[in-house]
Amino acid sequence: MSERNTVHASFTIERRFAAAPDRVFAAWASKAAKARWFGSDAAAEVAREMDFRVGGREHLSGTWHGGVLTRFDAHYFDIVPNQRIVYAYDMHLDDRHISVSLATVVFEPAGSGTRLVVSEQGVFLDGYDDAGSREHGTGWLLDLLGKVLEAQ
Amino acid sequence: MLNQSPSLDLMFQALADPTRRAMVERLGLGPASVSDLARPLAMSMPAVMQHLQMLEASGLVRSEKTGRVRTCRIAPEALSLAEQWIDARRTGWQRQLDRLGEYLGEPDLERKS
Repeated sequence: MSERNTVHASFTIERRFAAAPDRVFAAWASKAAKARWFGSDAAAEVAREMDFRVGGREHLSGTWHGGVLTRFDAHYFDIVPNQRIVYAYDMHLDDRHISVSLATVVFEPAGSGTRLVVSEQGVFLDGYDDAGSREHGTGWLLDLLGKVLEAQ
Repeated sequence: MLNQSPSLDLMFQALADPTRRAMVERLGLGPASVSDLARPLAMSMPAVMQHLQMLEASGLVRSEKTGRVRTCRIAPEALSLAEQWIDARRTGWQRQLDRLGEYLGEPDLERKS
C-alpha cells in the first residue's frame, strides 16, 4: 500500500511551428486530426472520443509500454478558435489515479508561423514515492536517455 | 511549486557516455568499490576515477572512502521522485508536440523548454 501524497507542479513548454495558427489549431480541434499525433504512438488504442466544444469531453485510453492501461479524460472549459484552448484532464494508469491537471494551450502568430505555449498546472497523486518507483528511478533515467539519444 | 531540475543537464551529460552508463547500471545492482567498477572496464584507474567524478558531479552517484577502499553507490534521490514523475509528464508533452510537428509536415523552427 503506497502512502497518500499530493505534489503540485506547473510547467510550460513552448514550440514554434512554421504553419500558421489556424492550421496548428485545427490539429487540436477535431478527433480525426488530433488522432494523427496525440497518443498516436500507443501500442494499442482502446478508445478515443472527442467532443471539441466548451463543456465537451475527450477520452483516450490505450496501452503504451509494459501493457499498462493509460486513461486520459479531459473536459474543455474555454475555446477561442485559432487562439486558445483551456481544458482540465486527469490520468489513470490501470486503476491508479496519477494526476489532475489544468492545461492551457495558447496559439500566437509568430511571423507567418505559430508560437505554441502549453502550460500545465497539476496535482500529482501518490504512486511516485513507493519503493517500486524508487527502484524504478534509475531505469527511468536510462530509458529517457535512450529516447533522447534515439531522437538525435 | 516545482520547476525543472537544474541538474538534469549534468545528468544527461553524465549518462551520455557508455562507460558511465555501464557504471550506473552496475551500481544499480548495489554498492561497489572503485576497483569492482573498474574490473570489467578496459581502462586505467585514473580514467575510471575521472568518469566517477562526472557521475558524482551530476548527483547520480555518491562515494565514500573507508580506509583504502572507496565505495560507490547510486543516489536515487538525485532527482526527487516527484521531479521524475513531473519530468516524465513533461517529456510526454515534448513527444506529443514532436508528433504534432511531424503531422504538420515540418521540422520545428525552435524548441524551448
